[in-house]
Amino acid sequence: MAGAPRLFGPPGYRGAQRLSPHGEGIMEFGPILSSLRRNKVGAALIALQIAVTLAVLCNALFIIEQQTALSRAPSGVEDEASVFVITNRWVGDSGDLAARERTDLAALRALPQIVDATVSFDHPLGGPLLSMGITLQPDNPRSGTGAAVYTVDDHAIGTLGLKLIAGRNFRPDDIVVSHGFNDHYSSLSGVVVTQAVARALDPGGNVLGRTVSIFPGAMTAPIIGVVDRLQSSPFAGDSPFAARSMLLPLLWADSQIFYVARAKPGQLEVAMTAARNELYRISRRRIIVGMQPLSEVRLESYRGDRSVALIMGVVCAILLGVTAFGIVGLTSYWVSQRQRQIGIRRTLGATRGTILRYFQSENLLIAAAGSILGILLALGANLWILRSIALARLPWIYLLVGAIAVLVLGQLAVLWPALRASSVPPAIAARSA
Amino acid sequence: MFGYYFKLALRSLRRNLVLTGLMVIAIGVGIGASMTMLTIYRAASGDPIPQKSAVLFVPQIDNFGPQPNAPPNQDFLPQDLTYMDAMALMRAHLGLRQAAMYATTQSITPPNAAQDPLEGYVRATYSDFFSMFDVPFEYGGPWGKAEDDTHASVVVLTRPFNDLLFDGMNSVGRMLTIGDKPYRVIGVLDDWHPSPRFYDLGQDSFTGTDQLFLPFTRAIDQQMSTSGNLNCDRAGPGSGWDGLLHSNCIWIHFWVELSTASGVSKYRTFLHDYAAAQRQSGRFNWPPHVALRDVVEWLTYNHVVPVAVGTLTSVSFAILFVCLINATGLMLAKFMARSGGVGVRRALGATRPAIFAQCLVEAGVIGLVGGLVGVGLTKIGLVSCRSVLPPDLSILTRLQGADVLIAVAVAIAVTLVAGLYPTWRATQVHPAAQLKTL
Repeated sequence: MAGAPRLFGPPGYRGAQRLSPHGEGIMEFGPILSSLRRNKVGAALIALQIAVTLAVLCNALFIIEQQTALSRAPSGVEDEASVFVITNRWVGDSGDLAARERTDLAALRALPQIVDATVSFDHPLGGPLLSMGITLQPDNPRSGTGAAVYTVDDHAIGTLGLKLIAGRNFRPDDIVVSHGFNDHYSSLSGVVVTQAVARALDPGGNVLGRTVSIFPGAMTAPIIGVVDRLQSSPFAGDSPFAARSMLLPLLWADSQIFYVARAKPGQLEVAMTAARNELYRISRRRIIVGMQPLSEVRLESYRGDRSVALIMGVVCAILLGVTAFGIVGLTSYWVSQRQRQIGIRRTLGATRGTILRYFQSENLLIAAAGSILGILLALGANLWILRSIALARLPWIYLLVGAIAVLVLGQLAVLWPALRASSVPPAIAARSA
Repeated sequence: MFGYYFKLALRSLRRNLVLTGLMVIAIGVGIGASMTMLTIYRAASGDPIPQKSAVLFVPQIDNFGPQPNAPPNQDFLPQDLTYMDAMALMRAHLGLRQAAMYATTQSITPPNAAQDPLEGYVRATYSDFFSMFDVPFEYGGPWGKAEDDTHASVVVLTRPFNDLLFDGMNSVGRMLTIGDKPYRVIGVLDDWHPSPRFYDLGQDSFTGTDQLFLPFTRAIDQQMSTSGNLNCDRAGPGSGWDGLLHSNCIWIHFWVELSTASGVSKYRTFLHDYAAAQRQSGRFNWPPHVALRDVVEWLTYNHVVPVAVGTLTSVSFAILFVCLINATGLMLAKFMARSGGVGVRRALGATRPAIFAQCLVEAGVIGLVGGLVGVGLTKIGLVSCRSVLPPDLSILTRLQGADVLIAVAVAIAVTLVAGLYPTWRATQVHPAAQLKTL
């Protein structure tokens, strides 16, 4: 031998001798290792591809899971598909807005297709966000928590189908008129909070009947009820604030308001048309800016999250495809390079299965090495992502699933070249000697 | 020589179509994925006003005081100003131009009684807004200092809104009802879509929904409430409109044009002195904490690029990397399969540099074809992303002419890098050993 460096198994005598004539199944790692030593760079390239693929796959799957989990989180509203939101803007500052809203609400509630209706400054799963502070200790600026505010009347809990787990709903005489942020009350007759707020105020959640102070403005009010859940805003993500909301008994009489109505089961479409016609019949001095079921609001609010998940999914598929084709390409080349050795082994009695298993074990070995490197890379990438977005630490199950996925991918990719190898006729060894 | 190598390359690539195809696809997919995400990333992070971004500044003043739970690495300066502070900066008049502004949503009643009233996104600002941001006009022009001072009922329409209300006709001089008061149209903008809408990074900062502009002083008179963020400390917004104006709530954006370095440093000193004076008067009980940022610094400070876009861009470069490793492996296979041919050429007198050049040309051809495939895939990728991305981002994702050239150049460059090792291996072929096996 002239000592020329060779990359792939050369048609050399020494290599052939090391191939075991009798296939011993998948455990023939000795000859594989010795053959890989001669294919160092090719094997390393496959292992590196598998490592990067695994690292990206684990983190991407994890991001997909996190993004879609947010968009599936319950809002606390019962049967979102039956609830719809009407965005109403008054034209000019004409007349007594509170009176006009009461007229509208009475008309909406009287519609045969509608169960109940309410009015608010915002609505679950979208809309603007009004956040205020609520505390049991008004003198301690660090006490209490921030919570999303829903300004509501006595029909909100019924319309949204919130589960009242303690205390009572508002009564009609609890509700006072508010003309906007600057309309200040020093006290309210009551406030309803979510269980998350109750726990933030008092670890035991024992808040019913206690007086809270609401900032800005230091409004005081007793907590008269606790609801199980009401999501604060889609923008709160999965932070602890996502479930912290409070309902204030304010009839919101401002230029823009949301009517929220619940249609009778199966009558959403007709209820929406009837509501629009009814509102325009009462007055055309308004703009109905939008009308949407809550289920649609949810889709729109989380559209970005779902897009990211979808693009991530496609990117993963592309990555897996590229890696698989890379394995097919390189292994096919190895097979064609080693035709003579394969022929010799077949002549010496190796079965087709032995040859097949040889290439599969070889790939398994490379993929396993790649997986180990990939797991380290995945953890590194996760740390880097952790710093740029507030994502959780990568759970080990993703590493396990990812590693199994790339090992299976390797086996599938190598199947075709390995089958071709196993069909090399023994006679080829004699032909080109 | 190059022409000959090129011909050899084409012949060699035709010989093993499967390997060639895999290489081209690998390069194409890598380029396609990374170009797609890079185009989106660039759209999201571009400089919206390159000709002036270095001379436009946002002043920030800490009017809330140190936050008890603030993370140590963030400065936690308020994003907006109180009405009082914004008016103090307007009165100081230290910049070449300056404008306070806020967004408000109003009902608009068109002059044509047959048209229903509609919602209009209004920006209340000062006359300097238009000259400071180089805003182009189709009809008429901006209002001037006089209208600012007289709180005039004039309005500037954007082109799409003028199309909607006046069928794109020259509407200067026509009347229009905003809220319940009449306004005279004084100008209509030409197409103007700074993206991101740097001067107000609130909601929809990529689509920029402003439709009408009217004098700030008039909007305050009319008590038009903000449709943007309103942040208050525990004291709250006070009582009534007057209470809000005198409150410590922040809701006004402020931009100032400073064309010289000395002007910038003077303005910094002024802000510092202003905060110090507030402390002296007892309004702030903390040391002055102020900042002055230009457009690019402001966009970075506000993390305008969605984090997901950054993540996806990194992931797409991971794809490109895998594709390159892939291409390296395949090229290695391809070149080594030709050892015999290389041996013959070496025996006939070709030098190692000649073999090196020939193999690199072959790699370059693969890169060229892969790059073209990549451009096609980028187009497909952008079209698919446009259908799933939120509309405010997707409108920006257009592929420009230069991108095609860049994509192909990058494809060739990375393929050459990927081909270096296989090429080097090919030049190591010993002619004698190869000829023996032929």
